[in-house]
Amino acid sequence: MKQGDLYGLLIEFESPSLLAAAAMRVRDAGFKKWDVHSPFPVHGMDDFMGIRGTRLPFIILGGGLIGLAAATLMQWWMNAVDYPFVISGKPLFGLPANIPIMFELTVLFSAFAAFFGMWGLNGMPRWYNPLLTSKRFRRATQDRFFIVIEARDPAFKLEKTREFLASLGGSEVEEIHESAED
Amino acid sequence: MKSSATDYLNNTSDDPRYTQELILGGNDFTSITETVSDIVLERKTPLAWYVMFTITAGLTGILFLMIGYLFLTGVGVWGLNNPVGWGWAIVNFVFWVGIGHAGTLISAILFLLRQKWRTSINRFAEAMTIFAVICAGIFPGIHVGRVWVVWWLFPIPNFQNMWPNFRSPLLWDVFAVGTYATVSLLFWYTGMVPDLATLRDRAKGRLQQIIYGVLSLGWVGSHRHWHRYEKAYLILAGLATPLVLSVHSVVSFDFATAQLPGWHTTIFPPYFVAGAVFSGFAMVGTILIPARQFFGLKEIISLHHLENMNKIILATGSMVGFAYATEFFIAWYGGNPTEGFAFVNRAFGPYAWAYWIMVTCNVVTPQLFWFKKLRTSIPVMWVLYIFVNIGMWFERFVITVSSLSRDFLPSSWAYYRPTIVDILTFLGSWGLFFTLVLLFIRFLPMVAMAEVKTVMPIADPHSGERHIVGDYHGDIPEHVRRKGHK
Repeated sequence: MKQGDLYGLLIEFESPSLLAAAAMRVRDAGFKKWDVHSPFPVHGMDDFMGIRGTRLPFIILGGGLIGLAAATLMQWWMNAVDYPFVISGKPLFGLPANIPIMFELTVLFSAFAAFFGMWGLNGMPRWYNPLLTSKRFRRATQDRFFIVIEARDPAFKLEKTREFLASLGGSEVEEIHESAED
Repeated sequence: MKSSATDYLNNTSDDPRYTQELILGGNDFTSITETVSDIVLERKTPLAWYVMFTITAGLTGILFLMIGYLFLTGVGVWGLNNPVGWGWAIVNFVFWVGIGHAGTLISAILFLLRQKWRTSINRFAEAMTIFAVICAGIFPGIHVGRVWVVWWLFPIPNFQNMWPNFRSPLLWDVFAVGTYATVSLLFWYTGMVPDLATLRDRAKGRLQQIIYGVLSLGWVGSHRHWHRYEKAYLILAGLATPLVLSVHSVVSFDFATAQLPGWHTTIFPPYFVAGAVFSGFAMVGTILIPARQFFGLKEIISLHHLENMNKIILATGSMVGFAYATEFFIAWYGGNPTEGFAFVNRAFGPYAWAYWIMVTCNVVTPQLFWFKKLRTSIPVMWVLYIFVNIGMWFERFVITVSSLSRDFLPSSWAYYRPTIVDILTFLGSWGLFFTLVLLFIRFLPMVAMAEVKTVMPIADPHSGERHIVGDYHGDIPEHVRRKGHK
């Protein structure tokens, strides 16, 4: 197998506590292109990995504001400008009667922003992932915990990184390749 | 306590010396994964499933036949008459929308309140929300009379260059229920993606791998993904919380903004929301109890979960009872003779039978949940859930029909009776609801595996290897736990 085809090195752990200890050492070793895979979000892992906050909340706020503006403009333009008609002497555009739909569309657009923003930032949907060529890795969504250091990390040196991973106390280190072997 | 030492499935002890575990039987990540995903992937579909599916699919067929008949003939096939222009269609709509509220309450509000017990039941309750909203959405769509212009409900440009009236609560309803259905669906699906990935990774058949593979969007449990995922989930919960309170408030505006005695009251929004949560929890329980029994989920959906639900039913049922009393008080205290008559008429008029069914099922029988023995007894709670389902349907019936049938002018009073088409349409909506529930149970993970794993003590990265089950002193003693080991 040629080196250029290498995606990264994978190591497996049995429990969240072993994973947490190992993640801190990978973080401190200065790797950048690496990740932790677990069947559920491990509490405190953001700090163990050194992940900074996400900009997702601002995207959602933007979505909400667009929804609010859309609802306000839509109701005003449709009922007060384009097709004005008086019902029970109510004003054509008065806030109290228009607030429910302003609220609903704010929530709706925020939810869309949260949903599509989150999957978008995560780079999903992603139909192919070299990690899934590993049989062992399938337990990452079930009951095992993994650390992957990618080959494109500037600090990645096949032998040295393999030795480093092996010293973390997990199972044996596995090479992951970009394409399946068969 | 003695009971918890003899029966490991009973974790309802209030004894503060023991921390009650949520997940029983010494389950670990592997066994949770197997228990839940094997229902979908490995187990042979039970014969009972086919039998039930045949019945519910038949009822769904009847629903669509009735709708077809309605479309071809007109709303005259229903029992509507001159004062009673809103009959079972509206009653059923409000009933089904209300059912949905428990799902959002469990998934969003209990999430924000950090109620760990929600994780075992939230997937099921959210699924039920979506199916109930689907059933609800049918009724306003078909009751408009001229169904070919039903799209006038939406602000779509049309040849008459006219727009809907945004100052009408009926239009708020379109947006409220539409938003509610959409956000519930996004929330449900987002929560399910990690579990769909679990199914993908465990599936043996090619077709299953492809379908669950596509649905799981390529999820690999990356923590960089979990990080944004948890943020999105938290914010979606934060958005769904005011939303769920708003939906039934807006539904209640349909009534409260009308100037009809018995409807025109400010208590409606909170009263409707409490009733919705009440009926929703009862419906979750109605389905959850047989499901956990048949599929061996008693260790994951434990008695403690059911007891908590019963406490919520007791609380919301009492709120509903309090609202009934307040309505009567205000009708008397307000001194408006028409309003006063509307309420006396409800309790003692031609619909008194419906009123007293409602009071019995919603206010009286749920009070039995004050007794611990009764609220931890499976047969008792199931019967009470059925009562609540009946009572809450009658509540909407009483509100809608009793006020309309006797309004201001005695010469126009009339008694409303449903026709066979009304009855079959409503039965058909139950068929649709249970058809969707059965499909869900068969093809999707009915317990949120990833979320259940997070609330297990072994999920804590600070738990030492030696304390595999619990890490706090005062946990269930070793000999009690052992009983549950497989």
